[in-house]
Amino acid sequence: MRPSAFYIMRTILEKEFRQIFRNPTILRMIIVMPIFQLILIPLAADYEIKNINITIVDQDHSSYSRQLLHKIDASKYFIVRTLMPDFEHALNNVEQNVSDLILTIPNHFEQQLIRENKATLQVSADGVNGTKAGLGSAYLSMIINDFNREIRESLVQLPRRSDFPQVEIYSSLWYNPFVRYPLFMVPGILALLVTMVGALMCSLNIVHEKEIGTMEQLNVTPMKKYQFILGKLIPFWILGLLTITLGLVAGFLVYHIVSIGSLWTIYLFSAVYLFAALGVGLLLSTLVDNQLQATLFSFFIMMFFVMMGGLYTPLESMPHWAQILADGNPVSYFIRVLRAIIIKGSTLGDLWKDMRAMIIIAIVLNSLAILNYRKRMG
Amino acid sequence: MKFRSKSFVFIFKEFKHVLRDRRSLFFLMAQPVMMMLLFGFALSNEVKESNIAVIDQSNDLETIKLIDRFEQSKYFHVAERLTNTNEIDRLFRQGRIRLAIIIHSNFANNLNHLNQGQIQIIADGSDPNTASIATSYLSAILRDYQNELLGDKKLPYSIAVETRMLYNPQLKSAFNFVPGVMTLILMLLGAMMTSVSIVREKEQGSMELLLASPINPIRVVISKAIPYLLLAFLNVVIILFIAVFVLNVPIQGSVFLLLMSSLLFISTTLSLGLFISSVTEQQQVAMFISLIGLLMPALVFSGFMFPIENMPKIMQIISNIVPTRWYYAIVRAIMIKGLGLSSIWKECLILAGMTFFFMTLAIKKFKPRLQ
Repeated sequence: MRPSAFYIMRTILEKEFRQIFRNPTILRMIIVMPIFQLILIPLAADYEIKNINITIVDQDHSSYSRQLLHKIDASKYFIVRTLMPDFEHALNNVEQNVSDLILTIPNHFEQQLIRENKATLQVSADGVNGTKAGLGSAYLSMIINDFNREIRESLVQLPRRSDFPQVEIYSSLWYNPFVRYPLFMVPGILALLVTMVGALMCSLNIVHEKEIGTMEQLNVTPMKKYQFILGKLIPFWILGLLTITLGLVAGFLVYHIVSIGSLWTIYLFSAVYLFAALGVGLLLSTLVDNQLQATLFSFFIMMFFVMMGGLYTPLESMPHWAQILADGNPVSYFIRVLRAIIIKGSTLGDLWKDMRAMIIIAIVLNSLAILNYRKRMG
Repeated sequence: MKFRSKSFVFIFKEFKHVLRDRRSLFFLMAQPVMMMLLFGFALSNEVKESNIAVIDQSNDLETIKLIDRFEQSKYFHVAERLTNTNEIDRLFRQGRIRLAIIIHSNFANNLNHLNQGQIQIIADGSDPNTASIATSYLSAILRDYQNELLGDKKLPYSIAVETRMLYNPQLKSAFNFVPGVMTLILMLLGAMMTSVSIVREKEQGSMELLLASPINPIRVVISKAIPYLLLAFLNVVIILFIAVFVLNVPIQGSVFLLLMSSLLFISTTLSLGLFISSVTEQQQVAMFISLIGLLMPALVFSGFMFPIENMPKIMQIISNIVPTRWYYAIVRAIMIKGLGLSSIWKECLILAGMTFFFMTLAIKKFKPRLQ
C-alpha cells in the first residue's frame, strides 16, 4: 500500500523541521543576525546630507566676508573646519578628506561689490561623492543668496512691492515631515535581510543534502518532486514570516516605527513575496554542485539585490536597460511595497500591480526550479 | 631547505583544489567583470526622470510654458495632470509620482501685475533624500525662469557664485562607484572563499589530517590562502582594466602603489576569512557569517554610500574596525585624487595591523587542535 500524500508531506515536514532545530547555531544566526543588523545599520545608514565640512579661504578680511562666515557657521548644514590663508592649503584639506567644500572669498570682494555692483565667490567641491558635492554646493549657494539679499536690502531701499517679478516657492514633505531617515531605511533593510536569509538558507540546505549524499536517498523514496520542494519551502517560509514579525517589532521598539497601513497587508505581501525569494534559493540550488559554488553565486545575486533594488539609489535614475533588469528583481518590489505600506499607508488596491508582478516572479522562479530538478535527476 | 619544498607541495595542493572546481573558478573570475559592468553603467546618484504631477489652477499661456520647462528638463517627467489636490495622496500611495506641483490660480496675472507668483511643491517624504534633491532641482528651474523674466533688469549688488567640481568635473557617478564596488567585491570574495573552502575541509575531516602532518600549522593555514591571494589579485587587475578602459575612470595616481595596497587589503580579507574558518565548524555557518554578516556592514561602513561623518559617534567608532572603510579611502585617494603614499600610510598601517591580528587569532585557534 502506498502511503497517502498527506502522510508523506507530514513526514517530510517533520524531517525538515527537525533538521533545522537540531542545529542551534544556524537557527540562532537566522534569527539574531538579521535583527541585530536591522537595529544597527539604519543608525549608520543616514543618507541625509548634513555636517558638510567646509574650508573657507578669506582673502578679503572685510566686514562682509566676516558676516558671510558667521552666516555659514550658523547654518545647520555646515561645519566650518578651518580658515586657510590660500587655496593650496585648503586643497590639502580636501585631499585628506577633512573638508568637502572650499569657499574662496577673493581679495577686494567687498570693494568690488559696492563699486562695481557685482562680485564673485568661488566654490570648489570634492566631486568624488557626487551627492554630497551637489547638495553641499546647492546649500552654500542658498546661504550666499540669502546673504546677498540682506546686503542688497541694507544698501538700497527696495520698494514695498517689488519692481522685479518674483516666484515664491513653498515646499513641503508629506508622510515624513521631520525627515526621519530610519523611516526610509528600516523597511528597505528588513526586505533585504529577509530575502538574504530566506534565499540563502534554503539553497544551502538543499546543496548540503547534495553534498553529503542524502539527496540520492531522498530520491529513491516514494515522495514526489513537488513534495520535496514544498518540504523545503514551508519551513523557510515560516521562518521568513517570523523574521518579518521580529523585524517589525524591533523597528517599533528601537525606531518607534508604526505602520500607517494595515499589518494584514504587510503579511499578505510578505507571504506572497517569500515564495518568490525562496524560489531564488531553490533555483540557485539546482544550478550548483557544492556549497562553495552556492556561496559565490549567491554573492552575485545579493549584490544585484542590494545595488539594484532601490535601497539607496532611486531606480528611475538608472539607464533603461538596467530598469528592465530591476523589474525582474523581486526585492525591488518588496522594498517599494514595504515602504509604501509602512510610511504612506498604501492598500492592496494601491499596490495591486506590484502584487501581480510578485506572483508572476514567484511562479516563474519556482517552475524553473522544479523543471531544472526534473532534468538533473531524471 | 626540505621544509621549504614541503610548503610548496602544500601550496601546490591548494592550487589543484581551486583549479579542479571549474565552476567555482569561473564564478570567481567572471563575477567581478559582471558586477563592474552592471553596476558601473547602471548605478547613479543622480535623481532624474522623476515622475511629477501638476495641478495647474491658473491654466494660462504662462503656466503652460512653465510646465513645458519641467517636461523639457531631464530631471522631470510630467506623468499626471490633476485638477484636484485630493488626488495627490492616492498617487503618492501608489508610488506613481515623487512630487506634486500646485500652481495657484491667477499665477500669470499676479506675476504680471503684482510681481508675485506662487507655486507650491509637495514631495513624497517616504524617500527623503531623493525628495529634497528633486525639490532643489525644481527650485533651480523656477529660479532660471524668474531670471529670464527679469531680462535686462539686473538686480543691484549681485554676488555670483562660481562652482567647480574637483577631481570629477562632470560628477560622474562611476568615480564613486568604482572604488566602492571594487572594495566590496574584494572584501566579500576574500572572506568567503577562504572561510568556506577551509571549513569544507573541516567538515570532510581532511583538515585534521593536514594539521597532523609534520608541517607547522602556520604554514598549513597560510598555504591555504595563497591561491586565493593570487586569484583575488588577478581580480584587482581585471577590475582596474575595466574601470580604465570601459568605464573611463582613469587612475590618477601611481598604479604600482594601488596594486600594492590592494595586495595588502586582500591579505586582510583572507586573514579575516581564515579567522572565520577557525571559529566555525559548518560551511553554512561560515557562509552565513561571511556573506550575510559582512555584506551590509562592509557596504554601510565603507563610507561609499553613507558619509561616515554623518553617523552618530558610536557608529563612527564601529566603522573604524571595518576594513572596507580604510581600503575605500585608499582607492579613492590614489585612483581619483592622485595622491601618494604620504596621504595613505595611516590607512595602510591599519590594514596591516588588522591582517596581523586576524592571522594571529586564526593560527592560535588552529594550533591546539594538534594536541
